[in-house]
Amino acid sequence: MQGELQPLGRRAYSTSMTGTCSITLDVNGVTRTAEVEPRDLLVYVLRDQLDLTGTHVGCDTSQCGACTVHMDGRAVKSCTVLALQAEGHAITTIEGLKRDGGLHPLQQAFWEKHGLQCGFCTPGMIMTAADLLATNPKPTEAEIRHALAGNLCRCTGYQNIVAAIQAAAAAR
Amino acid sequence: MATLFGSGIKRREDPRLITGRATYTDDVKLPGLLHAAVLRSTYAHAKLGKVDVTKAKKAPGVVAVFTGADVKDKLNTVPCAWNVPNCDLKVPPHPLLAIDRVRYVGDGVALVVAESRAAARDALDLIDVDYDALDVVVDPEKATQKGAPELHPEVPGNVAFTWKVAGGDAAKAFAEAPVTVEQRIVQNRLLPTAMEPRAACASYNPGTGQLTLWITSQNPHIHRFLLSVMTKLPEHRIRVIAPEVGGGFGSKIPGYADEALVSFASMQLGRPVKWTEDRSENYKATIHGRDHVEYVAMCGTKDGQITGLRTKVYAGLGGYASTAAPGIPTILHGLMYSGPYTIPNIEGTIYGVYTTTTPVDAYRGAGRPEATFLLERMIDLYARKIGMDPVDVRRKNLIPKDKFPYTVATGITYDSGNYQGALDKALQMFDYKKFRAEQAKARKAGRYLGVGVTTYCEICGLGPSQVAGAVGFGGGLYDSAIVRVYPTGVVRAYIGGKPHGQGEETTFAQIVADEFGIPVENVEVVAGDTEATPQGWGTYGSRTTAVCGSAVKVAAQRVKDKAKKIAAHLLEASEADLEWQDGKFAVKGSPDKGKTFGELALMANVAWNLPPGVEPGLEATAFFDPSNFVYPFGTHICTVDVDPETGEVKILRYIAVDDCGPQINPMIVDGQVHGGVIQGLGEALQEMVVYDEDGQLLTGTMMDYAVPKASQMPKVETAHTVTPSPVNPLGVKGVGETGTIASVPTLVNAVCDALAPLGVSHIDKPLTPARVWAAIQQARAGGGGGGGAK
Repeated sequence: MQGELQPLGRRAYSTSMTGTCSITLDVNGVTRTAEVEPRDLLVYVLRDQLDLTGTHVGCDTSQCGACTVHMDGRAVKSCTVLALQAEGHAITTIEGLKRDGGLHPLQQAFWEKHGLQCGFCTPGMIMTAADLLATNPKPTEAEIRHALAGNLCRCTGYQNIVAAIQAAAAAR
Repeated sequence: MATLFGSGIKRREDPRLITGRATYTDDVKLPGLLHAAVLRSTYAHAKLGKVDVTKAKKAPGVVAVFTGADVKDKLNTVPCAWNVPNCDLKVPPHPLLAIDRVRYVGDGVALVVAESRAAARDALDLIDVDYDALDVVVDPEKATQKGAPELHPEVPGNVAFTWKVAGGDAAKAFAEAPVTVEQRIVQNRLLPTAMEPRAACASYNPGTGQLTLWITSQNPHIHRFLLSVMTKLPEHRIRVIAPEVGGGFGSKIPGYADEALVSFASMQLGRPVKWTEDRSENYKATIHGRDHVEYVAMCGTKDGQITGLRTKVYAGLGGYASTAAPGIPTILHGLMYSGPYTIPNIEGTIYGVYTTTTPVDAYRGAGRPEATFLLERMIDLYARKIGMDPVDVRRKNLIPKDKFPYTVATGITYDSGNYQGALDKALQMFDYKKFRAEQAKARKAGRYLGVGVTTYCEICGLGPSQVAGAVGFGGGLYDSAIVRVYPTGVVRAYIGGKPHGQGEETTFAQIVADEFGIPVENVEVVAGDTEATPQGWGTYGSRTTAVCGSAVKVAAQRVKDKAKKIAAHLLEASEADLEWQDGKFAVKGSPDKGKTFGELALMANVAWNLPPGVEPGLEATAFFDPSNFVYPFGTHICTVDVDPETGEVKILRYIAVDDCGPQINPMIVDGQVHGGVIQGLGEALQEMVVYDEDGQLLTGTMMDYAVPKASQMPKVETAHTVTPSPVNPLGVKGVGETGTIASVPTLVNAVCDALAPLGVSHIDKPLTPARVWAAIQQARAGGGGGGGAK
């Protein structure tokens, strides 16, 4: 469900002497700044600088989807977004996915339907599923399975992940 | 109070996992943390010349660079810990960093330590290495042939061991049998692909001499021992913490050079050092699975009685013998050649073979999937040859349910079973006759439908320590638990196992809560930290519930026995007059005057009024060593629709009937079956490691290695029968690997059944469209698919 990359933010970048520059972005509703190199990937800035380690790195070729976050409401693989590209954008990570201060319906459904085992792929799965339900509130099983093409799970065989997404859709 | 045993309650693990609040090894951050990266050989086999690190050492942010020459006198080599006896096992040294030769693409050459992850990676490119290329061999059968390049001077012909299993008189059986079928089978090499790559973070305190290592581990106590061997630090100065672990499937059992190297670096530099592999590094530096070339023969009567099985197996080990590698294709494979059947005559020869490839070790199922596959494949070939239905052949040869405990020809004794019961249940769910009729009709219309039926049993719940010792396993196989009751009546259970997705924080809490009659929320299960948990042997071989869960049960019973003594004292009654009811001990006949578990917990911990001779406190430790392995079993059925024009396989239905004894949490059991089946279908349909003729790993990233996706995989219909095991107090058997063991032959047999009218008798997995299509073309040209039954 990766949308087209958004244009870079409004601000012009000033690169410091050390080859880094400062970016400002909205993360889970809070304005955050980070000092980044042009090559830094969003996922490492989230994990290493902003201490949001719920977003995981499971591959280096943009296949596994464990790093999926939302950028301006759309699911993106944060291993495939340069941190600079997130300048001025709103990022939501698994830590920021809530509903009325409690669990998001998808989090609740993953819990109730045993949609996770080791949990490593789970944040990315949930973020992708949230994007799917935002654009297709009542997906068929085939549509759900197709939407998960960019998210790999080695534990569950996907069956209960699909069931969880169906349950969350039904509960809307 | 209703028991929690048998209830599919939600998992206790999940809240932290679904909210991003779990801590995996790469999430660990420490003050002054340094980052490590490993330079890995780009050659499969080469003499190693000069490793010039001058430029790398001067690179920005680099703190240190270590080569094989720097560490070889300070550290030991990577140990192999399963020294299978009576097979002339040869284990050449496996240096932590290559010294004079590299033996696979991914072999470690140098370690860079830097202030940041990126700086460490950048510096790898600045290291100049002189390689003098040598010939390579990636196929385990070819590696044993005359003239093949040899990896280790001390292993002529690359044969690490020759292990034999024999029972009955196979030579006589084959000589006398009216029917024999033969088949060459290739068990494709696989990448375990736990979603979390391996990582290690070491922190050495020079002031205390203590090393703490966070590591992606299925077995922290084994890693503590192996790390002690490699680093020469005494075991009591090492604390291993396996925090949240993102899957393992066997790949996080072995000891690797990497964790010893970061530990060494931390000891040298006095700062914490972290290393996390990326996926393409994982694919070449973390163990692989399977990799057999097998020659199998089965003989029997014309009416379906199997009389003999014979194998010759070339099992690839890769460049070095990994921690458990020698035991996988021998003890966990060859001893299972009888499967669930009464095969009286068995003979197998297994060659363990070094090849210029990544080391091979335990991967989900570890030896048993290969045994089940070859057996089930041969039965279908045999059935086809004698013109008998494959289900009838299986039924005729299953061990009868009244024969347990049953000793098979390979010498092991199965604990309990009702194989016919599982087969019957599966056939209730699936109308076999109706499908055969549909299949016949479809064939007339040019559609190729097929069905595969597997009846399996497997060995797990590893296992009695005495047997472990007898078969050369370098450790015990008991497991352990401490059950500790706090003054307020809440409980922690510290366990020797290390679940990494299997849900024992929930199922073990169910066991404890039942024992004490308290809510499950009042029990926490703690695993993974060697500082807190008793010596255990880890989570693999579908052993944790059967062995460690039993330790939890026994420890909880001991706690309750002590609570009963205190209750008798407080109630001024004799213990014999007390009964446990509704969460309290009360005098029989006076249920309202009892002492609740909470009251007894408080009294035990404050010790104001205890019976004479009873110590304060309320906790117990148990080390449980089972009397035998457990042997879960079942029947799986799969139907497929094969497109003869494209070779594409479409799965129509998948049914799994498994018997793992009584289920503590049926929701979790079904989850294990789902995941196991899909992982097996990946092996059967699409997963395969490919090396080119230079030993380069062509399936080196997730772009190239076909991990199953949601859209490619079917729904699994599960059902169960319940046959308790007599070898542990819970009666449970393992269910972590049954799906992977059963599903591979089920799918392949279904496809071969579909293509039977075209003359296809065998196709080597994975059954990619290209392979299926090629087999169809070959059969149409008169070749019998990928090599037919004789």
